[in-house]
Amino acid sequence: MDLAFTAEERAFQEDVRSFIRDNLPDDIRHKVETGKTVEKDDYVRWQRILNGRGWLVPNWPTEYGGPGWTAAQKYIFATELGASPSPRLIPFGTSMVGPVIYTFGNAEQKAHYLPRILSSEDWWCQGYSEPGAGSDLASLKTRAVRDGDHYVVNGSKTWTTLAQYADMMFCLVRTDSEVKPQQGISFILIDMNSPGIDVRPIVTIDGGREINTVFLDDVRVPAENLIGEEGKGWTYAKFLLGHERMNIAGVPTSKRKIADIKDIARAEADGAGGALMDDMTFRRKLAETEIKLQALEYAELRMLAAESAGKAPGAEASLLKIRGTEVQQAITELTMEAVGYYANPYVAESFQAGWNEDPIGPAYAGPAAPVYFNWRKSSIYGGSNEIQRNIIAKMVLGL
Amino acid sequence: MDFNFTSEQQLLQESVERFIQDEYDFDTRRKLAGSDDGFSRDNWAKFAELGWLGVSFSEDDGGFGGGPVDTMIVMEAFGKGLVTEPYLPTVVLAGGLVSRHGSDAQKADIIPRIVEGELMMAFAFAEPHGRFNLADLHTTATADGGGYVISGHKAVVYGAACAGKIIVSARTGGDVRDSDGVSLFIVDGDADGLSRRDYRTVDGLRASEVTLDNVRVGADAVLGPVGGALPLIEEAIDYGTVAVCAEAVGAMKVLHDATHEYLKTRQQFGQPIGKFQVLQHRMVDMFINYEEAKSMALMATLRVDDEPAVRAQAVSAAKVQIGKSGRFVGQESVQLHGGMGMTDELNVGSYFKRLTMIEVLFGNTDYHLNKYAAA
Amino acid sequence: MDLTFTEDEQAFRETVRRFLADELPQDLARKTEGGWHLEKEDVARWNRILHAKGWSAPAWPEEYGGTGWSPVQRYIFNEECADAWAPILSPFGLSMVGPVIYTFGSDEQKAKYLPPILSGETFWCQGYSEPGSGSDLASLKTRAVRDGGDYVVNGHKIWTTQAHWADMMFCLVRTDTEGKPQQGISFLLIDMTSPGIQVKPIITIDGSHSVNEVFFDDVRVPVENLIGQEGMGWTYAKFLLGHERTLIAGVSVSKKRIAQLKRIAGAERQNGASLLEDTSFRNRVAEAEISLQALEMTSLRSLASENAGKGPGPESSILKIRGSELQQTISGLLVEAVGYYAGPYELERFEDGWNEEPIGPDYAQGSMAMHLYGRASTIYGGSNEIQRNVIAKMILGL
Repeated sequence: MDLAFTAEERAFQEDVRSFIRDNLPDDIRHKVETGKTVEKDDYVRWQRILNGRGWLVPNWPTEYGGPGWTAAQKYIFATELGASPSPRLIPFGTSMVGPVIYTFGNAEQKAHYLPRILSSEDWWCQGYSEPGAGSDLASLKTRAVRDGDHYVVNGSKTWTTLAQYADMMFCLVRTDSEVKPQQGISFILIDMNSPGIDVRPIVTIDGGREINTVFLDDVRVPAENLIGEEGKGWTYAKFLLGHERMNIAGVPTSKRKIADIKDIARAEADGAGGALMDDMTFRRKLAETEIKLQALEYAELRMLAAESAGKAPGAEASLLKIRGTEVQQAITELTMEAVGYYANPYVAESFQAGWNEDPIGPAYAGPAAPVYFNWRKSSIYGGSNEIQRNIIAKMVLGL
Repeated sequence: MDFNFTSEQQLLQESVERFIQDEYDFDTRRKLAGSDDGFSRDNWAKFAELGWLGVSFSEDDGGFGGGPVDTMIVMEAFGKGLVTEPYLPTVVLAGGLVSRHGSDAQKADIIPRIVEGELMMAFAFAEPHGRFNLADLHTTATADGGGYVISGHKAVVYGAACAGKIIVSARTGGDVRDSDGVSLFIVDGDADGLSRRDYRTVDGLRASEVTLDNVRVGADAVLGPVGGALPLIEEAIDYGTVAVCAEAVGAMKVLHDATHEYLKTRQQFGQPIGKFQVLQHRMVDMFINYEEAKSMALMATLRVDDEPAVRAQAVSAAKVQIGKSGRFVGQESVQLHGGMGMTDELNVGSYFKRLTMIEVLFGNTDYHLNKYAAA
Repeated sequence: MDLTFTEDEQAFRETVRRFLADELPQDLARKTEGGWHLEKEDVARWNRILHAKGWSAPAWPEEYGGTGWSPVQRYIFNEECADAWAPILSPFGLSMVGPVIYTFGSDEQKAKYLPPILSGETFWCQGYSEPGSGSDLASLKTRAVRDGGDYVVNGHKIWTTQAHWADMMFCLVRTDTEGKPQQGISFLLIDMTSPGIQVKPIITIDGSHSVNEVFFDDVRVPVENLIGQEGMGWTYAKFLLGHERTLIAGVSVSKKRIAQLKRIAGAERQNGASLLEDTSFRNRVAEAEISLQALEMTSLRSLASENAGKGPGPESSILKIRGSELQQTISGLLVEAVGYYAGPYELERFEDGWNEEPIGPDYAQGSMAMHLYGRASTIYGGSNEIQRNVIAKMILGL
């Protein structure tokens, strides 16, 4: 047993670190550091920089453009990326539909879509949840009816993150309503420019506009856009959920944010002549969160070791999702607590890049409350934490 | 021991609750929060007409002679409607200070105008670097001629934009954080040298950064004893805290009921999600938290007129409970509503945000826990 | 609205306080304070003293020997008893089977059983749980078959507190296996000296003997020992569970324990200061104290509603859950407060006549015993999970 990285791994780590330092554009870094809204162009620019180095899709097989890294290298890369003030990588193409396409797609689909994901030419979104099908995803109702060499799709999808930017959607649709719910679902790729698609924003409680409802009204989708077989969509979707566990817990980013809280707590007064960082009660809570994060990190490392030893990861990933989101939420709470009364002023324009006025209160206070409210989503999305616990109960504990 | 309302109090409760139900639905509130003032002056006139603005002031001063229980009744109902009108700053904070400690002239000038709905007020007690310490004041008031010259920066002053008068805490002596040397001044909202930066708050209200640059006031602007006003401020903040505890109970009730209803109606896996035991127990814990919060808000209301040490302990205990319960109920309401709980369209988020900010207001849970434990 | 007690109530408090000062034996108070398990004779002695004053069953109707006190007076009495470290009387007769007998029993049963319950002459135990029937109590299997003037009882009860002290057991038995499980249950009074009864101790994690298994092998119980009607036992059992809810929270005792906790934490040293000056520890004590206040206010709201004749409101349903959680929080803090000396554990200390010097401070071992045995409080009397089910169903309609 050894917790240390090898010399090669350390060299690799240095490589990644310096690449990010030298290549992350200053304007993007600034936006991330100050909590400003990251625009589509920012995401795309950063993804293209990574792709230029061949590092956009660490988990893809080399034949499709992956770098062929070991599990440890992938971990190091994810850690360094998460620890840096870089925009998150939009997962829909690179981590979600990409692996589905190279695993279950045909040669034409691979040749067409994979390069466009790598080059960020296509922005993807995920058409899963529906107004009536949330945790009970298999009850989805969006219908795709075969008409000649097309499917005609009708229905609505919701909670569709960044659909407003998307060129393509991978979508679960019902092609058969006679069989068991799971068996009548197919996985199709829909061009978001097709006639009959209407994307409407959902404003979230923090004032954000990242998610949408997508209405599909007689949308014609070429039959060649079906992935794999008709009726096998549930299988592909499950494959996708089990994929890309790496970094699901968000440990590196949480570490960076804990360091940010410490900076804030050193700058904030405790009302007794010292800094908030001197306040035992606050420090204790911060320490508890940090320790929880450490436990999470070591849980992740243990799974990494198991994976390196060739053991297929199981439902333990649900543990990473539950604890990871709990820690993220605790961090946003602590940040909001740290800024005191200045959590309250809300200047919507201040999150835009061009806003030049002086902040109200310290600059770090502005995003504190909206970020706290926004992160309440994390225990809901991607399979709510209740569903994750159900999965552990069933798959791990056999209850 | 008696937990019954008087018949007057019952009437008051019925009338405020009816107003909230009939005239303050969520869409109305949303429109008001987005309007220029952030509230409705017509509503304010109606509050005056119905007597709500005078409910807590003594009859001698032109009020209706009620007490903390009456304020609790109003604030709890306002919490259910997330009322944006500046009742807390005008009536509870500033009005309360004037009625308890104002000179006869100040009371005669101010209280009847509050009661009639002609004067709104604010209380500027916080400063950018003081966190929750009420004595941590950099704002100074220097005696000059017969009056004072005040300079400083007051932070996150609720209701300042519409306030005809703002009560400002400032140092006339002592060092930052000394108990002695703190004074209160009633300053005109349009006084020379006073400037405001107004903004919206995350919970849908309005507040301002208030800067005083050599603002001159007369000796008659002093409220309470010169240099000895800290106990008055603490008392005012305790009354304010009790009021927001009641408001929080009203807000929690709405979240509790909305979530309860959602569990009964939202169908997944072929049944209402309220049939799942995991979610039932979560709902029960929301229920327990709500009942505990209600008990403690009541306790603090019935203790706030006691001597300062008893009052302060009761208020801190209540604020800790409300802070914890409010956070729990707010977070769980969002979680149990799933994605819907995250949407701005549903009312849940707005109540959650107000509860979150009530936890910060007048000192957060940690602050009050420390204060309670250290006493 | 106000929180003050009337002059009459304050005078009543004074009377109770004086009585306790004069009559409560100090050795019993010390044992209670120290967290010791009491002997049967300790409990019986205190019961006799209270009975002599007419105060052993304050909640009973006056005609059966109750005090005729208002709910507020009962609350005050309870507070004062806790404050004086009076022992808790055995609840099985006074709080449980007594009310069932005077509500559903025949005149003969009332005349026979109630007086010796009041005086503490007979000890009762509760025959509810079985090895296969815990939270799912209605699935119980102990059979009572009618045979002439007797029932013949066969089966097995478990977690029977004080069965080794008991003269009598009130017992849920199955008299009918047809129909819904709840409908075949009857409520029987069983003489513990009957042939065929075997009581086997269960030693709990604190090393003490409070609970037992009770085996029934062809035990003959006279038919006149049936309470009410055959098959109605479930109804009587539910009545009993709903009884005396406002006192279930144990607020007064918990208050006393927090005061004790503060005393102990004030005596423990760390880094040259008392543990009570440690912000983290101090704040956790404060949190417990605030939760206790919330519980107390909730009890009082419920009490006021009862006083006004309205019956307890929905808020009373939270009392068992929060009350037991809080007892555990407090005993956990007590154990933390004593540090390393939570470890030494000599059972002989709890026996009368033990005279050696304690290892570490004398409050240490009782804290651990209380902490260990106290884990039962969220399990017994309907586990807190079952309590939450009950609230979800009965109050929230889920």
